[in-house]
Amino acid sequence: MGRFVVRRLISMVFVLFIVSLLVFLIFNKLPGGDPAVRMAGRQPTETQIEAIRKEWGFDKGIVTQYTTTMNKVFTGDLKSYFTQLDVINEIWKGLPRTLWLAFGAMVMWMLFSVALGLYSAVRAGRASDRFLTVLALIGISMPVFWVGALMNHYLGFKLGIFPNGGYVPLTENPGDWLYHMILPWTALSILFIGVYSRILRSNVIETMNEDYVRTARAKGLSERRVMLRHVLRNSMIPIVTLWGLDFGAVVGGGAILTESVFDLQGVGQYAADAIGQLDVPPLIAVTMFGAFMIVVFNAIVDVLYARLDPRIRLSGGGAGRGGGG
Amino acid sequence: MSGGAGDGTITAGVAPELIAESQREPGLAGLSPGRLAMRRLRRNRGALFAGALFLLLVAACVAAPVWANHVANRGPNEEPTGTETVEKGGEDVLILGLDGVPVGPTLRSEYFLGADSSGRDVMVRLLYGGRNSLMIGISAALVTTLLAMVVGLLSGYFRGFTDLALTNAMDVIWAFPVILLGIALGVAFAQDGINLGFTTIPGGSLLIPILVIAVVYVPYMARPIRGEVLALREKEFVEAARAQGMGSLRIMFREILPNVVTLMLVFFPLMVANAILLESALSFLGAGVQLPTSSWGTMLDDGVSRIITAPFLAIIPGAMVVITVLTLNVFGDGVRAALDPRAKLTVEG
Repeated sequence: MGRFVVRRLISMVFVLFIVSLLVFLIFNKLPGGDPAVRMAGRQPTETQIEAIRKEWGFDKGIVTQYTTTMNKVFTGDLKSYFTQLDVINEIWKGLPRTLWLAFGAMVMWMLFSVALGLYSAVRAGRASDRFLTVLALIGISMPVFWVGALMNHYLGFKLGIFPNGGYVPLTENPGDWLYHMILPWTALSILFIGVYSRILRSNVIETMNEDYVRTARAKGLSERRVMLRHVLRNSMIPIVTLWGLDFGAVVGGGAILTESVFDLQGVGQYAADAIGQLDVPPLIAVTMFGAFMIVVFNAIVDVLYARLDPRIRLSGGGAGRGGGG
Repeated sequence: MSGGAGDGTITAGVAPELIAESQREPGLAGLSPGRLAMRRLRRNRGALFAGALFLLLVAACVAAPVWANHVANRGPNEEPTGTETVEKGGEDVLILGLDGVPVGPTLRSEYFLGADSSGRDVMVRLLYGGRNSLMIGISAALVTTLLAMVVGLLSGYFRGFTDLALTNAMDVIWAFPVILLGIALGVAFAQDGINLGFTTIPGGSLLIPILVIAVVYVPYMARPIRGEVLALREKEFVEAARAQGMGSLRIMFREILPNVVTLMLVFFPLMVANAILLESALSFLGAGVQLPTSSWGTMLDDGVSRIITAPFLAIIPGAMVVITVLTLNVFGDGVRAALDPRAKLTVEG
């Protein structure tokens, strides 16, 4: 087990290094034109551009450019040239909001997918199963920001059942916090409920045909116990993997659309605002941050998994991953 | 958006479902797998209907100029002069109201679905935008399939160093949230285009969103293909080909490729669906199709920002995206069920 963890850690550091190289290339080298001009945002002056070129080492060799960029990201010396604000600081400010959004949505999507997936599997082939299948397909076919915007407009603005976007910190007013989070959680979960309930449905159907389930029934266990202890437990394994990784993706900026539509001012919205201003430094930082979140969660899930299932330790196989909305 | 769970390998041998099917209907016994699949697909009315609806949508968007020139009499970027009016419900109404609110759907030939915030005909823009969205979706899915095929074949067949290098490259792409990588690439290239060394792709080109979306999705498809190739290369027919003295390239493309085509066919409609969704998200955020070019994503961007005064501007393009993606998902689901009733492949956007 110890060796597995060490091996996983080494490969994690390696992937993170490559990720940082790729981010550097995407923003500084792959595009045409002058990186200093791009960095400066909209309508920079000649002196600003010159200062940025010096500061980032764009007049020096490529290795210096890379180390300067990474230095800036990791020492927190990264500033937006548009807002003049410290980028790392802004990410820290948005992080609790993003974490709460991701956490609540995750609880919601897990509860609903288990309930719907199990129900669908038990009723496989009947009208209710077909209806849920159609619902799941519709769920994965809707742009998150579109659903979110319509919910916000009709349920929030028009009917006034929910607040019209915005965020209230939990420490300030827990009731109000919950009230503001319900719509964003729902909007963000829809896609995942669609995906997960379908996967769970097919896993449950497959597990129900296993010999040990027949044995469990034969020894006289109640149907409820068979379903929950034997079938559901074993059907959950692939879901748990996906779940850890999707959570990492959502925290790492995958919720950018939901955050912008509901004006939650989290990490994702910070990136979304930066796009509008063509403000590159925040995008560099958020992209790195997002990839780091996924890589770290990927490693955590792998280690947890290896603890649960010794076969994984030997093959060293990773798990699949989703994105977010 | 979940990638295939990585276990998309298809076990060899005859599936029990298939045996059951052939016992139920004795006439099926001698049919080839391809014919069987077609037969199953033909019987899936929902999937066929979805496929037909998708083709209809494509045809409507391709025929955009016909609607623009002969019905609406307006181009997609044509703005009305000052106080132009249009007939709605028997009255003449200003296309762009004095308070800046555009006219809603007239359900007449002119401004059938109303006007947008600049007074342009929404129906005409919807059709022209659909052309771009569909073009991006289909081309991106084609490029993804092609790249994933090459990566999957090479890394599955050669294993060793090639596999290590390619698999790690895929893992790095995989390490980014899809949307963030799309944004990073889209924003970086939107201003000055892509510098490919030998040539540059200009910033406003539709090739940029196509390439960005294509690259982002490659690992989701390359992984299962690689897994399949890894299993296939140990099969007797590959050994036989090698014994006959065939070269690696020939074995890969003539012997192994036909066996992974099924997998690619299963993925393709779902890839198009995801690419269309990603295009709409990237354009909504300003990192996809660049104005003034229209796409469903840029229309959604305009519509969502004006949702309070003119909600139809958000509802209409969004509904088009949902219908298109839904038809693709339903059709893709049917193709998957027909080609491979056992596998549990899923790609979601």
